[in-house]
Amino acid sequence: MTDAPVLLSLQNITKRFGPLIANNAISLDLHRGEILALLGENGAGKTTLMNILFGHYVQDEGDVRVLADHGALATLPPGSPGAALKAGLGMVHQHFTLAENLSGLDNIRLGTEPLLSFGREATARAKVKKITAESGLDVDLDRRVADLTVGEKQRIEILKALYRDAKVLILDEPTAVLTPQEAEGLFVVLRRLAENGLGVIFISHKLGEVLAVSHRILVLRAGTKAGELVTAKADRRAIADLMVGKAVAEVVRIPALPGETLMEFDGVSLNGAGRQALSGVNLKLRSGEIVGLAGVSGNGQSGIAALISGLAVPSSGTLRLYGEAITKASPRDLVEAGVARMPEDRQHDGVVGTMSVADNIAIEEVRSPAFSKMGLLDRKAMRERATSAISGYDVRCPGPDAEARLLSGGNVQKLILARVLEREPRVILANQPTRGLDVGAQAEVHRRILAARDRGAAVLVISEDLDELFALADRFVVVHAGELADAGSSESLDRGTIGLMMAGQARTPVGIAS
Amino acid sequence: MDVLFDILGSANFWAAAIRIATPLIFGVLGALICERAGVLNLGIEGIFVAGAMAGWLAVYLGAGLWGGVLVAALAGALFGLLHAFLTVILGLSQHVSGIGITLLATSVSYFTYRTALPDVTSPPRIAAFQPLNIPGLSDLPFFGPALFQQTPLTFLALVFVVLVALVLYRTPLGLAIRAVGDNPASVEAQGLSVVGLRVGAVVVGSALMALGGAFLTMSAFDAFFFGMVNGRGWICIALVVFASWQPGKALLGALLFGAFDAFQIRLQAQIGQVVPGQVFLMLPYLLSIVALILVARRADYPRALLQPWTKGQRH
Repeated sequence: MTDAPVLLSLQNITKRFGPLIANNAISLDLHRGEILALLGENGAGKTTLMNILFGHYVQDEGDVRVLADHGALATLPPGSPGAALKAGLGMVHQHFTLAENLSGLDNIRLGTEPLLSFGREATARAKVKKITAESGLDVDLDRRVADLTVGEKQRIEILKALYRDAKVLILDEPTAVLTPQEAEGLFVVLRRLAENGLGVIFISHKLGEVLAVSHRILVLRAGTKAGELVTAKADRRAIADLMVGKAVAEVVRIPALPGETLMEFDGVSLNGAGRQALSGVNLKLRSGEIVGLAGVSGNGQSGIAALISGLAVPSSGTLRLYGEAITKASPRDLVEAGVARMPEDRQHDGVVGTMSVADNIAIEEVRSPAFSKMGLLDRKAMRERATSAISGYDVRCPGPDAEARLLSGGNVQKLILARVLEREPRVILANQPTRGLDVGAQAEVHRRILAARDRGAAVLVISEDLDELFALADRFVVVHAGELADAGSSESLDRGTIGLMMAGQARTPVGIAS
Repeated sequence: MDVLFDILGSANFWAAAIRIATPLIFGVLGALICERAGVLNLGIEGIFVAGAMAGWLAVYLGAGLWGGVLVAALAGALFGLLHAFLTVILGLSQHVSGIGITLLATSVSYFTYRTALPDVTSPPRIAAFQPLNIPGLSDLPFFGPALFQQTPLTFLALVFVVLVALVLYRTPLGLAIRAVGDNPASVEAQGLSVVGLRVGAVVVGSALMALGGAFLTMSAFDAFFFGMVNGRGWICIALVVFASWQPGKALLGALLFGAFDAFQIRLQAQIGQVVPGQVFLMLPYLLSIVALILVARRADYPRALLQPWTKGQRH
């Protein structure tokens, strides 16, 4: 692999933001036909590095060199996105940059033709067809992008880069939005593109997929290159330690001892906007058991979360808490009855950013005697609780008076954990509990959730990360198009089965086996 | 019933419908271009006044009629540039800026008129555009007077409908304008300038709006009055939604409104003794509200309408 010519070379790139060194003398070479994985935690400097590559940031030191047409490496002028595009660097962003009211073809053409010209569509179509034939990126070019699936949209994004004759394709967390099957399809395309001579940089924090798709792995940690290794010889454990910088204690899950049913969905349907709608959902949350809810985002997870949070009541069917039907949408009643919620968008729904850590700790219980005296808030009690939460849950912040918006995602989640778990809730909804958290914070959150289960709480974990669900869940349910299917005990399941159920191609794991 | 057929059967009615529709065609096309690029331009009402005043004054001071049209367009473009600066470059609220532009443009126009002509009591007149005589077509029985005896600005408006549709749907520029109103990031990522496209669209759209005003003082009438725009700009904002941001439907909407208005004038003349005149004046506005309710619920808004764009920001 390494005897192929170098397409792209980063030389000692350093970037500082004030006192913070986001990239510290990072060098890398990308060869023709190679898939290089850039692996690292959130905040390790991956995005900064790519923004320098694309001219969105200007590096303080170092050069970006790209293979030019005359066959030698030429230095890219810093801070020029136009030059990067022209030099053949193509980027597929995590958040798609597509105009949804246009067709796929129009999105691909956009910006490649003189603004006032006519009749170039046929030429464009012919070129795209040629690219799709070579790469296997099959997609309907004439459908409005709004009507395409997420996987298809991603294909349009890749086609956009290839249409501009990209020599290097960079994908930022490309699998975050895909089902396992779609992700596998993407890997096939990437391998084929690499065989055709493209250089690919694959940015990810998911170890499994990096091992599956890449030839070489570059690990970034806290802005520095922590290691560089050939994938075929790499050891999973060693890479994880490289990423985090210290050995991460694995979270061990002992088998569950399910007790009585605490919350029960009995034929629950929810009318409403597409993303929330549910039909005929049956689900039992039992004491001492973690149920993992898998599904492609937008298939009804938000509806289930809204029901458990008391933000909605079933349109038909019955939702029971401790055997009694819930008839009125009241988050407060549920909180007081011992239901804990960790919301999906924790920065937005989990904390009030402009209020202090202490306020946010007390916010769900302001009426309880613990935090009020004669109808007035007991500031002292709130600050004391916050101080103990900060140390007990390792919330890194300047103190109980710091504004919550200044906390990082991981620390906001620990703050929420402290708020909801201190009350020893009997039912816990953990919606995307570790999305965007680094491995260390992730392990901490998992440990806390497991501890709550062992204490006897009934837990529902909603996650798009199958690794997370397999780490936590005793039992799986899969939601697709508002319908819930029971997938059974996690010991008897594999990812492929869950993937098929997520895609709606199977209703039961048995159906696939036969 | 007889009244209805009498009105619909007269060539005069159809000619009036088209004449009333003309300023709306300019206005709705202008608003459509702005909104397709993601910018609501509520300055339209004031830009109409500015166009009406500037075009008329230029002709009054000695410019040719087409020179006046150009001056009106420039006046519109100027206020468009101000709106674009406030909303696109500074990212301020499009509602607030638009209302501000309407107040400013109206006042500046009245002020300029008063300053230029301090002593007049009755509005002075200019030699306005006359109906074109198109050999063959204008002389046709019924259809001639109904459709082909209009002033040049009406035909210009129709040319602009075709032109805007052509640019919007058949050129890469139109592609970029439609894209920037849906998701500016898509345009940015392909190396085009979000700011450039939006500023350009608002300036050009505002120039077209001003032509709608110029039609009033240089074609429909031959003088400038206070309050003569009388809500025509606001009607265009509603018509854009009615038209689902499509030039062809925009033409249809403007003509429909023109027809209602021409109809109520004639109805008022025939049965005005029975029903108060104000009821008839309300009629086209009521009908446009009903049409909006029917259409707008399903309207496919440009997704990025009203959203300011900051480079490097995630959406």
